[in-house]
Amino acid sequence: MEYYLIVSTVMLIAGIYGFLVRKNLLAMLISIELVLNATDINFAAFNRFLYPDHLEGHFFTLFGIAIAAAETAVAIAIIINIYRNMRSIETKDIEDMKH
Amino acid sequence: MGIALHQIVFFVAAILIIVCSILTVTTKHLLRSATYLLIVLFSTAMLYFLLDYTFLGAAQIIVYAGGIVVLYVFSIFLTRSNKSLYAFADKGKLASAAVAAIAGGVILLMCILSHSFALQVAPTADNEVTMDIIGQALTGTGKYQYLLPFEAVSILLLACIVGGIVIARKK
Repeated sequence: MEYYLIVSTVMLIAGIYGFLVRKNLLAMLISIELVLNATDINFAAFNRFLYPDHLEGHFFTLFGIAIAAAETAVAIAIIINIYRNMRSIETKDIEDMKH
Repeated sequence: MGIALHQIVFFVAAILIIVCSILTVTTKHLLRSATYLLIVLFSTAMLYFLLDYTFLGAAQIIVYAGGIVVLYVFSIFLTRSNKSLYAFADKGKLASAAVAAIAGGVILLMCILSHSFALQVAPTADNEVTMDIIGQALTGTGKYQYLLPFEAVSILLLACIVGGIVIARKK
């Protein structure tokens, strides 16, 4: 089971690193996808190895996948709208929204 | 034989996930990043199949590979951000982010490896979760049954569809 956790840890760290260094909104969203996927692996692995008679982790992962899909769809809609208004989706160009 | 094959498949999936998830965040080409993400998601589905969660693996492939990655590819083309000149932050921020990520990863791995889990099951035991059990659990209201979250997710998806239309609509 530790091997599953090591894999998901590497994935989580890669996602966090990508979220910190990327300057493009879509690339940041891809990094968030990695983080969500790492947690899903953890839920499934804990469920299978520690509580094989229950299904909580299984269903949590199932709902997590559905919610990740919804979140991605809305975020991409927002990003495309930003691109339509500003002709760019680099984070440095989106600062005028602060005011 | 069964155990050996199981382990080989697991290590292939693990190496694919580790290499491709690092490539996802380090490549400059955004379209390649989306492709590496696709490989990572497929390998994750492979891990679900190895854990005998067949339905979960199928849902992962359908939702992620069939839906989300296609959305990403389309939006990368729509926003013409494929070859981003400013793909990464400047050097100092890059270095500090790398240090923070690696330090966090080392701490997490130390926590995981120093903790001994009370394992309950051999990973190769044949205990697949059948569609029957999943269907029963998703449509019941008793203990360990999930009708309410199921309906909540359908409301969320409806809200998501409406929100997407409202956001993307022409003024």
